[in-house]
Amino acid sequence: MNDLLAESLANQPWLSLLTFLPLVGAFGIALRQMMAKRGAAGEISAAEQAQIDSVSRRVAMLFTLGAFVVSVFIYVAYYDPSFGGYQLVEHVEWLGGGVSYKMGVDGISILFVLLTTFIMPICIAASKTIEKRVAEYMIAFLIMETLILGVFCALDLLVFYLFFEGSLIPMFLIIGVWGSKGVKEFGGVSMPSRVYAAIKFFLYTLLGSVLMLVAILWMWRYAGTTDIHALQQTAFPAGAQKWLWVAFFASFAVKMPMWPVHTWLPDAHVQAPTAGSVVLAAILLKMGGYGFLRFSLPMFPIASADFAPFVYALSIVAIIYTSLVALAQEDMKKLIAYSSVAHMGFVTMGIFTGTSQGIEGGLFQMLSHGFISGALFLCVGVLYDRIHTREIAAYGGLVHRMPFYAFLFLFFTMGNVGLPGVSGFVGEFLTMAGAFKVNSWIAFFAAFGVILSAAYALRLYRQVMYGEMTKEKLMTITDVDAREIVMLGVLMVFALVLGLYPKPALDVFAPSVDGLIANFDAAIAAAGTP
Amino acid sequence: MTLADTLFWIVPELMLAGGAMALLILGVYLGDASSRLISTISIALLIAALLVVVALNGGPTQELFGGALRVDAFSSFAKMLILAAAAIAILMSDKYLAGEQLGRFEYPVLIVLAALGMMLMVSANDLIALYMGVETQSLALYILAAFNRDSRRSTEAGLKYFVLGALSSCMLLYGASLIYGFTGSTNFSAIAQSAAVARENVGLVVGLVFLIAGLAFKVSAAPFHMWTPDVYEGAPTPVTAFFAAAPKLAAMALFARALVTPFPDIVDQWRPIIAILAVASMTVGAFSAIVQSNIKRLMAYSSIGHMGFALIGLAAGTANGIGSVLVYMAIYIVMTVGAFACILLMRRRGGMTESIDDLSGLTRTNPGLALALTILLFSLAGVPPMAGFFGKLVVFQAAVEADLVWLAIIGAVMSVISAYYYLRIIWLMWFNEPAPAFEREVGSRLGMTAFGSAALMFPILIVFIGPLVAFARNAAAALF
Repeated sequence: MNDLLAESLANQPWLSLLTFLPLVGAFGIALRQMMAKRGAAGEISAAEQAQIDSVSRRVAMLFTLGAFVVSVFIYVAYYDPSFGGYQLVEHVEWLGGGVSYKMGVDGISILFVLLTTFIMPICIAASKTIEKRVAEYMIAFLIMETLILGVFCALDLLVFYLFFEGSLIPMFLIIGVWGSKGVKEFGGVSMPSRVYAAIKFFLYTLLGSVLMLVAILWMWRYAGTTDIHALQQTAFPAGAQKWLWVAFFASFAVKMPMWPVHTWLPDAHVQAPTAGSVVLAAILLKMGGYGFLRFSLPMFPIASADFAPFVYALSIVAIIYTSLVALAQEDMKKLIAYSSVAHMGFVTMGIFTGTSQGIEGGLFQMLSHGFISGALFLCVGVLYDRIHTREIAAYGGLVHRMPFYAFLFLFFTMGNVGLPGVSGFVGEFLTMAGAFKVNSWIAFFAAFGVILSAAYALRLYRQVMYGEMTKEKLMTITDVDAREIVMLGVLMVFALVLGLYPKPALDVFAPSVDGLIANFDAAIAAAGTP
Repeated sequence: MTLADTLFWIVPELMLAGGAMALLILGVYLGDASSRLISTISIALLIAALLVVVALNGGPTQELFGGALRVDAFSSFAKMLILAAAAIAILMSDKYLAGEQLGRFEYPVLIVLAALGMMLMVSANDLIALYMGVETQSLALYILAAFNRDSRRSTEAGLKYFVLGALSSCMLLYGASLIYGFTGSTNFSAIAQSAAVARENVGLVVGLVFLIAGLAFKVSAAPFHMWTPDVYEGAPTPVTAFFAAAPKLAAMALFARALVTPFPDIVDQWRPIIAILAVASMTVGAFSAIVQSNIKRLMAYSSIGHMGFALIGLAAGTANGIGSVLVYMAIYIVMTVGAFACILLMRRRGGMTESIDDLSGLTRTNPGLALALTILLFSLAGVPPMAGFFGKLVVFQAAVEADLVWLAIIGAVMSVISAYYYLRIIWLMWFNEPAPAFEREVGSRLGMTAFGSAALMFPILIVFIGPLVAFARNAAAALF
């Protein structure tokens, strides 16, 4: 009897359940809001709205935590880390003509699924300070979680594309509705800067992706299917690979973002509410790196090898140039946004080395960046909630009144710098080791990034935390409260544990990455010997 | 085939023709007070005809009246959509017409007659039948455009539409006469045999170009789109809603049949023309709509752009290409009808508003309507996972299969540019401070239409997109 139960449990479409669980929560909140509107004939009293808001918060928290529990359960109960292929595969006929709804995870995606479900409850907790249109805000976040999980679980290229593009919609609304104040002059028209940032985010990433869509259609025609696993086995002609690679690169480079198509990121980060920035930095950017590993490298190995020097060059520019730009920022969020671009430079550099250190390092760097940059945006949010400005110059001497905060902020600053012992170090070290194998000059230049990151991060820390507390407004500032300590504390634990003992994460990556590299090398070798 | 057999296959058309005449007589006896009754009967008539079309669908292809009309899966697919769109158009008009003192009984009758013309168009397998269908439809549409005869804008729209429509009919006739002259037949199948021999014949190609120009007028493809924004803006809004949906589909279906059946062997001659029309329409639609402040004008440019996307599928010229046109048009009709239902709900005390700025802050004054319109606009923009995306997906797929990758790339880029003006409306609704609220109409027909089409776009059609594509491809296969 128990065996029967276990077997039927194991056969459930767990990944779909996980993916669509947050959507159920979103639907529930929407229903509650609608019922209230109906009941009150359009006008809802302030007290009732407050009640709906608090219910929405709790429902959102419940469902994001639920998703986290389910994902951990899936990982513990059904995921086999020693197997490199796709697991928990679901398959349902959908569009016909080789397009089906297919889900599954492997060592490359499973940790991103866990990262997503882990970050989301923190985002909901960080949204405590949102007061306007709370129900809609929570709906947007829950829908976004569904779409992001779908991106990492999809095993069909078109299904992937649906989720990948769909995630633009909630983020667009989050930036535009709940973004910060300020006015931007653009082309002679003045519009709120959050609107400008939202539009820029949307159109930039959409333009990157539509070229990928055309490439997907070409691959569909060539292979007769959009099944990712089948496409990874397909050897596309070397000439076509180049074009396909460029089309996919256009999409993922914008998402990543790589220099020079990174300019949407600082705008989006600055304008987004704190939780929006956290999702953007911790998860949405990872879709770019995930895309490179899932599509560019395995499907177009020859083109990837050919274009690798180009990617190295862009990565080096990103690492050095955006670090320098970060050094000159007056806005805390902008500074962290530019540092994100620099850190993603390490990821792209590592991925395209095609070595196991490089790729695992890139994956690890993405994971670690998810914790650390997410935490840094939360740290900025802590200050913004109290003083309502992100100007570095508006602060100074906070260490006197906020000792706990000073400690947490220092920890994550060090994580950003890549201090040994914190997870940021492992990723940077591995990607540079991978790059060193290919060409020592690349590693040489990338190392400058490490130095520069120390420069901008320490400058930020010094100007905000140290010195005399002279500003009138800061005199009454309060230290972090319990909620903020919990949010930052869990992130700290993960960053620390992974920094001291990265093996568990690397062991999860390894089987899938090894398989990827074996196929990659085989394809290169086959192309080399006609 | 006996006359009875022949008439059996055109029962839906006969129902509409007979019904329209009977309703006219009834209307004359009962006067304008009967307009509501006549509307209801017209809707019932259209739905009955729809049911008959569904019942007749699936039979073998029928050539009627010596090959002048063809009843096949392709025409049935188009007829179902036309009849449904016409019925919904009447359904959506009632309240508006009553509000504007336009409740005259001729209105639903004219829509029924236009639907009859469209049904002839999609069945036409002969140049003469083609022209008869086009004119039956157009004459009814001209009157509808000028239906608000006391309004200068409306009469201007009707006159403009008539003059330009007459011009396009001239081109159509001129092209048809040249084609007849050089092939010796007006029947599409017979033309195909002659055209296969006379591939390089200049006279035939010139005739074909005129034919295409005339049809491009009817689908309002650039550079033959000039009438569209003025007519859309000037005509009463429910009429515009009707114009944007069913006639576009009928003209597009006619376009497909008139190119694929008679000229399959000279596809190389007409494919570049269609591709250029597609690129021009997408470009005009994408760029001109950006600066519009009137939502009806914006929808006009939007429809021009959408015709461009549909023409990509026609340019492919394959069975999958025509199938993708049908999928695109089916999704387009639902989106457009829904969007116009939302526009018709933009009513404040004292009348309709048409300015885009009136939608400011709609998410706070009327969240339900705002949500429906948001879904429809994202769908019009072709953003996944809305159904509008799948329309673009299948036409781009058809283009890639026909080695027109460049056309797919241009289409993809244009879809991003056109996304901007849809986003502009969305940002007004979501990000801006609220404008005065619209009058609320809870549970009205318009509201139901808006919500129904939004629900179809997301999420219903996502699940059922496979069957829709299969159905449309099956219909398109009837042409080959």
